[in-house]
Amino acid sequence: MGMIAFPKPDTNVMARRSVILHGLAALLPSNCIMTSEDERRPYETDAFTAYRNMPLAVVLPRTTQEVSAVLSYCHENSVPVIPRGAGTSLAGGAIPQEDAIVIGVSKMSKILEIDYANRFACVQSGVTNLAVTGAVSAEGFFYAPDPSSQMACTIGGNVGMNSGGAHCLKYGVTTNNLLGVKMVLLDGTIIDVNSAAYDAPGLDFLGLICGSEGQIGIVTEVTVRILPLAEGARPVLFGFETSEAAGEAVAAIIASGIIPVAMEFMDKQAIEICEAFAHAGYPLDVEALLIIEVEGSDLEMDSTLAKIIKIAKQHGVKTVRESKTALETAAIWKGRKSAFGATGRIADYICMDGTIPTGQLPFVLKRIDVIVKSYGLRVANVFHAGDGNLHPLILYNVNDLIEAQKAEEAGNDILRLCVEVGGCLTGEHGVGIEKRDLMNVQFNTQDLEQQMRVRGVFDPQWLMNPAKVFPLEGRVTA
Amino acid sequence: MTQFETSAHALLDAPSSEAELSAIILKAYKDKTPLKIEGGSTRDGLGRPFQAERTLSTRNLSGITLYEPSEMIIGAKAGTPLCEIKAALDEKGQMLAFEPMDHRGLLGSTGEPTIGAIAAINVSGPRRIVAGAARDSLVGVRFVNGRGEIVKNGGRVMKNVTGLDLVKLQAGAFGTLGILSEVIFKVLPKPETTATLSFKSLSDVQAVQMMSKAQGSPYEITAAAHLTAGLGRDISRSFIRIEGFEDSVTYRLQELRRILCEFGTPNELRGDDGARLWTGIRDVEFLSEPRDAMVWRICVKPTDAPLVVEELQMQFSFKHYFDWGGGLIWLACDTPSAAPSIRNTAVKFQGHARLERAPLELRASLDVFQPLSAPLMQLTAGIKKSFDPASILNSGRMYAGV
Repeated sequence: MGMIAFPKPDTNVMARRSVILHGLAALLPSNCIMTSEDERRPYETDAFTAYRNMPLAVVLPRTTQEVSAVLSYCHENSVPVIPRGAGTSLAGGAIPQEDAIVIGVSKMSKILEIDYANRFACVQSGVTNLAVTGAVSAEGFFYAPDPSSQMACTIGGNVGMNSGGAHCLKYGVTTNNLLGVKMVLLDGTIIDVNSAAYDAPGLDFLGLICGSEGQIGIVTEVTVRILPLAEGARPVLFGFETSEAAGEAVAAIIASGIIPVAMEFMDKQAIEICEAFAHAGYPLDVEALLIIEVEGSDLEMDSTLAKIIKIAKQHGVKTVRESKTALETAAIWKGRKSAFGATGRIADYICMDGTIPTGQLPFVLKRIDVIVKSYGLRVANVFHAGDGNLHPLILYNVNDLIEAQKAEEAGNDILRLCVEVGGCLTGEHGVGIEKRDLMNVQFNTQDLEQQMRVRGVFDPQWLMNPAKVFPLEGRVTA
Repeated sequence: MTQFETSAHALLDAPSSEAELSAIILKAYKDKTPLKIEGGSTRDGLGRPFQAERTLSTRNLSGITLYEPSEMIIGAKAGTPLCEIKAALDEKGQMLAFEPMDHRGLLGSTGEPTIGAIAAINVSGPRRIVAGAARDSLVGVRFVNGRGEIVKNGGRVMKNVTGLDLVKLQAGAFGTLGILSEVIFKVLPKPETTATLSFKSLSDVQAVQMMSKAQGSPYEITAAAHLTAGLGRDISRSFIRIEGFEDSVTYRLQELRRILCEFGTPNELRGDDGARLWTGIRDVEFLSEPRDAMVWRICVKPTDAPLVVEELQMQFSFKHYFDWGGGLIWLACDTPSAAPSIRNTAVKFQGHARLERAPLELRASLDVFQPLSAPLMQLTAGIKKSFDPASILNSGRMYAGV
């Protein structure tokens, strides 16, 4: 690949590398600083592996104070910084540049406080998403946003990208589950933004920070709301002969007043890939599959499912299979959540993340097929049907440079289509570098300049994750 | 465009399109004319008094622009009366999930609240504990910034992380960062059935314990409030609300009675009785009289609410009740000198307090909003400047100078 440009490394910074490393060594113990090529290599890229750059150095601070010291040093010396969680970004949000210091939060992985009576947990930002649920599940609670990478991805990264997941139809995305953060500004100032109390006073800084992609500060502590687990949860598989029929069934379910916890869609290609990997019992003789999950007591689930099945039948459902055991439930979700990994076994892929108005589903699915075929490639579609967040996986061979470029172009065409029908470039993965150069498709100059002016309040020199989100041309600071 | 003298303000502009709105603000930007932004004027009494040369009304920016029930999305121009939105949603069995408070009773105002103000003031109600605040349902905005530029952010889909989230910044900014021209909210189906359990004579501490236990259960409480003795009845009453399909509600009521049996045998409220009760709690009806009393809105974590009350009771007398399971304390008192105690106590418990109702003179002399830490205040001023460099939009309504 190589269509996406990085800013030219600052030769001044590059030339001062040894001085900078020396400066960092005064702030952190040596086991928190990675300078050799071997040590830095794992930080060259993230889950958007087509692009990579060797950073100047990598630091892994252990405390908020250490983050503050490093940021303050980088600020004074005009060294770019790249905040990093677990490096699972599919949009290249954590890919460094050669003149930058990567600041990883992985050593800050303590759970600081759990308060069941008030239903919140306060954790350091390097704690993984699943570890939050793990820490509270024995008491019957969970943390709702559940990105597919939840075993690895950090809460800090989730805040940076405003991550979603399969269950956000009912429970919302990260921003809806966040109560407060501790964040370090570029000049080293530590701010506390809200707490376990609702509705922060003043402007909604919490809302601004969530999804700001590491461009306005580094979050070191996060307070999230935890929710009581439902008495039970049951996913049901619905196989349809056409994607249109599946899409119509989704609309009809919502119109009937039912909000399932999750409604996931897979097309035939995705079903085959995931079934071969997870052996979840997905039907192989259908064109489209919906995984619909309901929650509650047995009685409630029976009653809700009866309503959903009735609607599905009205829309010509071919197969209906309820999970009968916890093992089956786990297998059904394993198949869905490992869709990206399972796809990676058969081909390289790029994963798109546009959102569309759900009414446009049948049209957009057809168009995606046409677009991808026009480039001579294949696509597997997996997505959150209830909220229109698509994940077309475009399959290609990473070693074939021409095919790689075609895949990137097909992806861009799909995202333009998402915007054209009233949707957006990214529903939950973030802009990163991947969608940066398409921002002009969704936003005009005034829209982007207003965002950049807000960004400029925090980082007028463009030192924080500077290659990301905003096109390199036309940048403003204040 | 209408332009005429009003008694309250020097001049009033009421643009009927976004382009007109933009032209008016561009002129005000060049002339450095401070503007007061007005929707339905039902919440004029909320916030700091401030000086403006002209008033800009959104009254002619009205009408639903988009409603897709199967996508659970509604969009409208900012000046659209809330009642019009509610009627359209009602027809399709849907609702704004965050149950916005109506301030008219408390503030003694008249007129029709607008959907734009709901967004700009981030107005929520009892269902906030599960559905989030207005800002959680707000998915898209169009606004004109202080340079007269038309800006959009977010959109009409409910999952969208494209670029910086200026939607959230606009929500609750009280019009200090731009004049909203259009807002898009996600909506939810109305529940088929609603039921309320009412427990008698619990102390503040017991009530919060009961509400926490209910909210920590899998039985999906959608509201939890505690009215102290003397508010409507001579004994205290604590309520939890359950909503959904009839058979599920029946089941959950039975389970809640079982797990909450230590708090006594509750009564059950259904239909209009329950609806009236929750409207009263939402709109602070129980503290609206006497009209000259100051009313405070204090947010703390629920289990701290009784401690905050106890600490304040040692210093002055007041009436209060809890919403949000204790997370929101509504407090009415007639002692202006109590303000510092209220603020300090809220801060001590890592919460915050807003002066929701007070006479003009008091709102001019006391902080209406919780003062911010120095770095946050500095960032607030920076953000204000990034939207409104000439400081012409509702400047001073939240904090002096911004």
